[in-house]
Amino acid sequence: MAIFINENTKVLVQGMTGSEGTKHTARMIKSGTKIVGGVTPGKGGQSVEIEGVSLPVFNSVSEAVAATGANASVVFVPPKFAKAAVIDAIDAKLPLVVVITEGIPVHDSAAFYAYAVEKGTTRLVGPNCPGLISPGKSNIGIIPADITGPGRIGLVSKSGTLTYQMMYELRDFGFSTAVGIGGDPIIGTTHIDCLRAFQDDPDTDAIVMIGEIGGDAEERAAAFIGEYVTKPVVGYVAGFTAPEGKTMGHAGAIVSGSSGTAAAKQSALEAVGVKVGKTPSETAQLMRDILNNKKG
Amino acid sequence: MDLFEYQARDLFESHGVPVLGGAVAFTPEEAEAAAASMGGRVVVKAQVKVGGRGKAGGVKLAESAVDAREKAAAILGMDIKGHTVHKVMIAQAAPIEAEYYLAILLDRANRNFLVMASVAGGMEIEEVAHKTPEKLARIGIDPNVGISKDKAREIILAGQFPTDVVDQVVEVLLKLWAAFVAEDATLMEINPLVKTSDGKVVALDGKVTLDDSADFRHPSHEDLIDHAAANPLEAAAKAKNLNYVKLDGQVGIIGNGAGLVMSTLDVVAYAGEKFGVKPANFLDIGGGASAQVMADGLGIILGDPDVRSVFVNVFGGITACDAVANGIVQALTMLGAQATKPIVVRLDGNNVIEGRRILNEAAHPLIQQVETMDGAAARAAELAAK
Repeated sequence: MAIFINENTKVLVQGMTGSEGTKHTARMIKSGTKIVGGVTPGKGGQSVEIEGVSLPVFNSVSEAVAATGANASVVFVPPKFAKAAVIDAIDAKLPLVVVITEGIPVHDSAAFYAYAVEKGTTRLVGPNCPGLISPGKSNIGIIPADITGPGRIGLVSKSGTLTYQMMYELRDFGFSTAVGIGGDPIIGTTHIDCLRAFQDDPDTDAIVMIGEIGGDAEERAAAFIGEYVTKPVVGYVAGFTAPEGKTMGHAGAIVSGSSGTAAAKQSALEAVGVKVGKTPSETAQLMRDILNNKKG
Repeated sequence: MDLFEYQARDLFESHGVPVLGGAVAFTPEEAEAAAASMGGRVVVKAQVKVGGRGKAGGVKLAESAVDAREKAAAILGMDIKGHTVHKVMIAQAAPIEAEYYLAILLDRANRNFLVMASVAGGMEIEEVAHKTPEKLARIGIDPNVGISKDKAREIILAGQFPTDVVDQVVEVLLKLWAAFVAEDATLMEINPLVKTSDGKVVALDGKVTLDDSADFRHPSHEDLIDHAAANPLEAAAKAKNLNYVKLDGQVGIIGNGAGLVMSTLDVVAYAGEKFGVKPANFLDIGGGASAQVMADGLGIILGDPDVRSVFVNVFGGITACDAVANGIVQALTMLGAQATKPIVVRLDGNNVIEGRRILNEAAHPLIQQVETMDGAAARAAELAAK
């Protein structure tokens, strides 16, 4: 088991014929992901050969789903066209849509997120995220597949490279699933969604949660851990020494009720029993200690 | 991007949100001319992107055009919380009967937009929110539905606005929402929204934040950029499309991915405590660390006179470590004699063995390799202390 994806996940690549799309399709195929086709409006009917696999291209996600039985898509479409691509995937009722594209206007993300909620049939991951990997089973997005293998740690992180760093630090244990949820102001799948799924996943024993400064997602995740999560969680927060941003007006502070600093996030996590490391290596060591004690 | 008050005022005006007369002035003479053309009393307001300027003496009432020149002369050049005042806004003065609050913003927690409206506007709005939350209406907006006239009325009534201004405030909210959408804003706040003695409702001060990711559909937003404020190193970095922020330490930082770079700053700051040194900058070269990008990045950092050592921290994900190593070697060749400071490199991840071999073989006198992030940070901090 894993969360959100498994060896049977059939994936469409939206924007497969673009350079990024083609490059990452090859990498995903190499790491064992079942890629079943691509979607590029206007290029339907063609087929593209990637890594020795002939992949059909469709004009819309609905057509692609009808022809291939796909149940997930990954979006590499440029920011200008990303909203239309995501709406297309939601209209096709795809259960999982992973949006890798960086730089989507937040009004567009707000619109497709609200649309997904209204339709109620699609889980969005991202935008501006590295995607998710269940090593050895499926890899949707741009996370390098060869950092580590399958194991029983679940990882959720806003940051891509910190996800890779943490997977590398704990490569001797391996991961059930690692999810890069992205750092944009509006994202589809949150820390809380992943924490809940890991708690409910029989193949995950412990959870690493990586956050960074800004917003109050980590504080809300901490509250959720307090009331729902019984598996051990270790945390890391980046940005203790980042310069303070300019505060404009009163609206932000009124809404979040949090300063958004790394220190505030750390104390919120520690208040519910999460051990928080000062550096990625120290965080990995905290997790290692927990897992070794469990074994012993 | 955050706007200055005068830019927010102009943007409001262009979308039909009622404002008073206002003009920007860079010199006392311009301030006098602006005040003369407005006539009567004016307010001279420091234009800085930071709160608390009133308390710092950055807002003054002027009785005449000559007085406006004198007040502007006093305010221009002032330092308000580290921000130098380069310009003032000359605003028409108006007798105020009541101060209200109205804002639309992105609500990250609920992943939609939020309107906040209150009859109790002014400086103490955060206190109102805290102590008498019933006086501050907060109503979520579905981005795909927007704000209808009925919805606007519901919000304004919930904000406890008096009957005589409700129609006007509803109109302001509808205009503000149209502006918020049309300009791809993430914040539009009017505080205070005032009722003047003749019963009119106008926006007296505004804060606006625009979404930089939407710049591709707003060519006009380019004109709103405050080029004067950027540090010269930051400006040079921006010209090369580098994500760079100047800080006040001695250890130059280059990394890939914003999260990893932030983490690198932290690790260097901890390691630096012992040596009395801190990170000198934030620089994220992103996923594609080509030789040119590495050369550009190293060039900026080595051009910073405060930098005494450099820490290159790369986790090879999509970009393999051998490509990064080649980039560093080529960058140093390109920079030649410009490169004079020790560079600590930590490579890990994709193709790390080959990457380390390339750097070892190049045997550049400035490069030192350390295998762990914590160890490399300590080494860079130690070198910066020398």
